[in-house]
Amino acid sequence: MAAIEIVGLEKIYSVGFWRKRPKLALKPLNLTVEDGEVFGFLGPNGAGKTTTLKMLMGLVFPTGGSARILGMDVNDPGVKARIGFLPEQPYFYDYLTARELLEYYGRLSGVPGKDISGRAEAMLARVGLEDAGAVQLRKFSKGMLQRVGIAQAILHDPQVVFLDEPMSGLDPMGRREVRDLIGQLKQEGKTVFFSTHILSDAEALCDRVAVIHLGELRGVGAVAELTSSVHGKVELVWHGHAVPAAMKTLGAECHVTGDTTRATLPEENQDLAIDALRRDKLRLVSVTPVRATLEQYFVERLKRAETTAGGMA
Amino acid sequence: MSTRIVSIASNTFREAVRDRVLYNLIAFALLLSGAAIFVGQISIDIEKLVVINLGLTAVSLFGIVIAIFIGIGLVSKEIDKRTLYTVLSRPVRRWEFIVGKFFGLAGTLVVNAFFMAIGVFAALLYVAHQFQKSDGWILVALYFIVLQFLIICSLALLFSSFSSPLLSALFAFSLFVIGSFSEDLRGFAALVKGPTRWLATGIAYLVPNFSALNVIGSVAHAQPVPGKLIAYNTAYALLYSAVALSGAVLIFQRRNLK
Repeated sequence: MAAIEIVGLEKIYSVGFWRKRPKLALKPLNLTVEDGEVFGFLGPNGAGKTTTLKMLMGLVFPTGGSARILGMDVNDPGVKARIGFLPEQPYFYDYLTARELLEYYGRLSGVPGKDISGRAEAMLARVGLEDAGAVQLRKFSKGMLQRVGIAQAILHDPQVVFLDEPMSGLDPMGRREVRDLIGQLKQEGKTVFFSTHILSDAEALCDRVAVIHLGELRGVGAVAELTSSVHGKVELVWHGHAVPAAMKTLGAECHVTGDTTRATLPEENQDLAIDALRRDKLRLVSVTPVRATLEQYFVERLKRAETTAGGMA
Repeated sequence: MSTRIVSIASNTFREAVRDRVLYNLIAFALLLSGAAIFVGQISIDIEKLVVINLGLTAVSLFGIVIAIFIGIGLVSKEIDKRTLYTVLSRPVRRWEFIVGKFFGLAGTLVVNAFFMAIGVFAALLYVAHQFQKSDGWILVALYFIVLQFLIICSLALLFSSFSSPLLSALFAFSLFVIGSFSEDLRGFAALVKGPTRWLATGIAYLVPNFSALNVIGSVAHAQPVPGKLIAYNTAYALLYSAVALSGAVLIFQRRNLK
């Protein structure tokens, strides 16, 4: 069973005071996240990531389509005991201490009374706040609030965890810790769905990602799958400084390093380039596919989307 | 009552306490002791009348002001600060949130009124040196004040579920003022004819009847409160609050939390 199933989920807001006009926040979205996956939901600010997450949490009602989590409708209270949610830039009741906040959320999540205190302590320790449990949240830094946010999201041992920009506001150490935590959740068999615009995080953590822009899904798949669709380049390395004349016509960019030469060229010209090296009796050292980064894929998709939007306009 | 409603109610109460809402008790204590000492210079009957009148009116006004100013922010503040997101993404139904908030605020006001009531009786003892049997009616007046709080709390929550805090405060306060004169409005409706009569009657029945819930004057004069009025006011306040609260729930159920 899929952990998250989104079918034609759509959101149109009515904006304006007197004359209401429709504003599309999310075009019909179809997405499936498998059980135990770490899934990245990528897009620039205002792409529709938070709107999607809010619909999955039942905070915003969709204009069309439906979404199911663990086989249940998102508005079913039964499913909410089995999910955890960290909103973007979370703000909590600042008159409570971190421990009181976790105990409060524990009660709301249906954690048995006898377990609440122990669970709150364990979560504080897990996010590195064991010494700050008795401090009121109004005295917390942004990074500490983010940690409390993560603690409250996993407090009740949910099966699916939704994190909206979990690295936001964290210093490099904090980001590393969150990455480790997401890795641990995966090892525990949890499904993690997180939105981010920090692509290196997605690249490092996700089994699969979806790219969303201007309220529309632009691509979905494993990181390697997506990135390979961008470039399809290979790097050839051979001994010596000689460069066959054919290389230029094959679109190769050549660089001499020490006693070897490197050439990057389109994958489809790989065989022709190797033939040219053989003809010139040059010794081939290696042939390596060049993997594009997720960032290159992302930028390429966004450019394509903007071109399409511009063309339509 | 579900654990979730109790948790939300106790958290609302805790918020009020930590935001120093109960500090108003200090102002109340100062006002009442000042009044008791001041009227101590006057004759025995009048000073008792003044203490009961002033004390109960202060209990009512302090409570109404707290009910309006906390009540109007109960929902809108949670939306603005996005604290609601981590509550409603748990197995908490939206109606449970509204009902929990209502009981939290009502509880705060009852505790506040309880301490103020102790102050009123202490001031009364100071000026009259002993209690009389008729002083028991003060408890009925206090009970009616609590019923007023329930109505105001539910109205503030109703307005807070769809409007900005400023407008909510304006609506709630206007209803309190108009409701305090609802008996006069009904009297006016009986005097006029035509559409004005229908309009005045409609408004008089729509706004909460705070006139009937105000027995401070008669209690101060040691007049008993009829049992029928106690039963009627109880049923009226509970029904009115339930309707207003249901309205708040209906609106909030459909609201997108952008």
